[in-house]
Amino acid sequence: MSNKPSEYRLSTQGLTKHYPGTIACQDIDLTIQPGEIHALLGENGAGKSTLVKMIYGVTAPTRGQIFWEGRPVVLRSPAMARELGIGMVFQDFALFESLRVVENVALALPKREPHRVLAKRIQTVSERYGLPIDPEKPVGSLSVGERQRVEIVRSLLQTPRLLIMDEPTSVLAPQAVERLFETLRQIAAEGCSVLYISHKLHEIRALCDRATVLRQGRVTGTCTPADETAGNLARMMIGQALPVVNRPPSKVADVALAVNTPRISSGDEHEVGLEALSFSVSRGEILGIAGISGNGQGELLRLLSGERLAPSADAIRINGEPVGQYGVAKRRERGMAYIPEDRRGQATVADLPLTDNATLTAINTQPITQYGLMRHAAIQAFTQRCIEIYQVVCSGSQAPARSLSGGNLQKFVVGRELLQMPQLLVCAQPTWGVDVGAAAFIRQKLLDLRSEQTAIVVISEEIEELFEISDRIAVIADGRLSPIRSVADSSYEQVGLWMSGLWDSEGALNA
Amino acid sequence: MDSGLIQEVVSATLLAGTPLIIAALGLLMNERAGVLNLGAEGMMSLGAVYGFIAALSFSSPVLGLAAGLMAGALVAGGFALLTITLQANQVASGLALAIFGVGLAGFVGKPYESQSLKAVGEWSIPLLVDIPWLGPIFFQQQPMVYLSWVLFGAVWWFLYRSRSGLLLRAVGEDPAAAHAIGRSVVGVRYLAVIFGGALCGLGGACLSIFYAPMWVEGLIAGRGWIALALVVFATWRPFRVLLGAYLFGGVLIAQLFLQGSGVKISVPSQLLSSLPYLATIIVLVLISRDSRRIRQHSPASLGRAFRADE
Repeated sequence: MSNKPSEYRLSTQGLTKHYPGTIACQDIDLTIQPGEIHALLGENGAGKSTLVKMIYGVTAPTRGQIFWEGRPVVLRSPAMARELGIGMVFQDFALFESLRVVENVALALPKREPHRVLAKRIQTVSERYGLPIDPEKPVGSLSVGERQRVEIVRSLLQTPRLLIMDEPTSVLAPQAVERLFETLRQIAAEGCSVLYISHKLHEIRALCDRATVLRQGRVTGTCTPADETAGNLARMMIGQALPVVNRPPSKVADVALAVNTPRISSGDEHEVGLEALSFSVSRGEILGIAGISGNGQGELLRLLSGERLAPSADAIRINGEPVGQYGVAKRRERGMAYIPEDRRGQATVADLPLTDNATLTAINTQPITQYGLMRHAAIQAFTQRCIEIYQVVCSGSQAPARSLSGGNLQKFVVGRELLQMPQLLVCAQPTWGVDVGAAAFIRQKLLDLRSEQTAIVVISEEIEELFEISDRIAVIADGRLSPIRSVADSSYEQVGLWMSGLWDSEGALNA
Repeated sequence: MDSGLIQEVVSATLLAGTPLIIAALGLLMNERAGVLNLGAEGMMSLGAVYGFIAALSFSSPVLGLAAGLMAGALVAGGFALLTITLQANQVASGLALAIFGVGLAGFVGKPYESQSLKAVGEWSIPLLVDIPWLGPIFFQQQPMVYLSWVLFGAVWWFLYRSRSGLLLRAVGEDPAAAHAIGRSVVGVRYLAVIFGGALCGLGGACLSIFYAPMWVEGLIAGRGWIALALVVFATWRPFRVLLGAYLFGGVLIAQLFLQGSGVKISVPSQLLSSLPYLATIIVLVLISRDSRRIRQHSPASLGRAFRADE
């Protein structure tokens, strides 16, 4: 096979990026053909985003060369990359919320255009690719899915020849994912190359023509994903077979958490409130709550954890005791543990050592204080136990929380809560941004805790994860909780449909 | 109160609010780009003293205004270098600039303190001045009042009607996103900060050339700080800045009339002198309580440094 750069839309040779103390990318060779959908597959921290940043001109490579249609290029800024015809759809969006859609698009275009003309063009393109958007709406009022459409349409208006998509499906319901894939295939058929970044194997096998797999900053293989088994891809991605989670049958005991609240409006107008809720979770079972972020999960978590008090004491009961008017500490004293969504800001204090971070929640349940004074030996022992049992990679119990990688910090947070042997665990996004190996480990630990007769509520955006560990599953959409069904009676498709809030019509059909 | 006195008070109000409008419009622009420059008091002081010296030396108010504008722009350029290129903390740098500017202005202006400029006459706008009652108030004013109206119109048009203004607002809201779509955050911010400094200098020069017209140490008397507060409480909208500045001017003039009228009042004069500041802040706080509105119009990145490579 010849490796002449001129055959490719984009290629890189020996592209390397070193940060102080770490190698983000090492000798990356990547080739993308015209009209090809090329996957960049790898775990968090494998170097995908660094590589893309170099291609999009955000970060300068330490060494190595990028070729654009055969010519060597040096990309000093995103502006230069865009001039060449490289467009990018960002995972966390590069949109201005206070501006209207048409203004957002206008800012990204090189030439001035009257708004009316531009709005027409937006409409035309959005219809052509099946991405309906209203150009006059302010971006702040759009859902995440709509925002992504704005980003895609904005890129398409510049007729890119390479479109980079960074984890585009993390914010979409399954049906929307299917529609996005159709759009991408259409774009590719028209000759635009797509660089598709993801860690989801099934998506890549369904969509992409070729894949480049990264692990620890190096290319571990290039392949045609449709010809490979998921196991082979996983081996390239994580260096071993996909870990399997062992789930014993559940032994359900009495109710540990009972929730019965009226409608609660949200304190923040950017977040939806919660409709009336009524559900319970028993000891020894896991209740999974699926949903696309921003549909009331935040409010539900605050309500369950006690960060926000319920309207009345008996709205929330832990082991039968009304705790609705109790805050987090008092609920923790009654056997609740809580793993918030944001491990850096909420679950830990970045600058404090792990021992102090362990103390912050363990102080309610563990014998680590005496006469109001801290017992350092006991704290040290608890932290050490957490680090060992949960395989936290760190420089020791005195390491500040910020020095841990995302996956290791999450393992630490999970360990800290689980070691307190809670009777009720509320947790959000337990494996968000965590690599596959650590994610499987955490899921296994949650299942082990369930075998210890703990009641567990897991709120997650990953349907696969919920199906793997939950006993019963529900969906939260627009602040409303769907009926709860046992996992055995549910399917991905049905939960995906429910994620758009459509369970009523289905019920009507069945009735 | 007879109608002549009311005319006089309103007319004086417009005049008193004008330097504040000019400075606040400048600050509004540089805050809309996401840069907080607390050095307004210093920039106004320097603009006032250099404007005064130039106007005196060349016997030309126009050259005086130009000198004031340049002085403000120059120190703002230094501030931009510190905070945008060198990523220094904006609050600390701004406070330093405020103290430095006031001190330097006092030092430079010492020899000129006893001198006075010839007052600049009022300009009548033909035809408009003949409007009964209102004409003499609004259209027989010092030129700086007209200048402030032109600036107000220009800033409004720029912010809400021009593509560059859109870019300015975008940079203030999310510099990382602006960079990602290929726009120069650093360039926009430099221009905005220098524009802000230029208008602060111009506002100061208006004070020493038209309003006073003289130079004494402490001439600015906290107007730089009021201009900063005006912008925040006006939720970064030009029209509210205009209203707030005239409110300040109105209370300032009213209490001066009161003190000069000989009416016996048992309130210390210091308390009366603080009224314009108090009234402006209170009213603006009251009208800008809507948190959603504030969020919609405030530059989200205000005061935060931006680094391209992250």
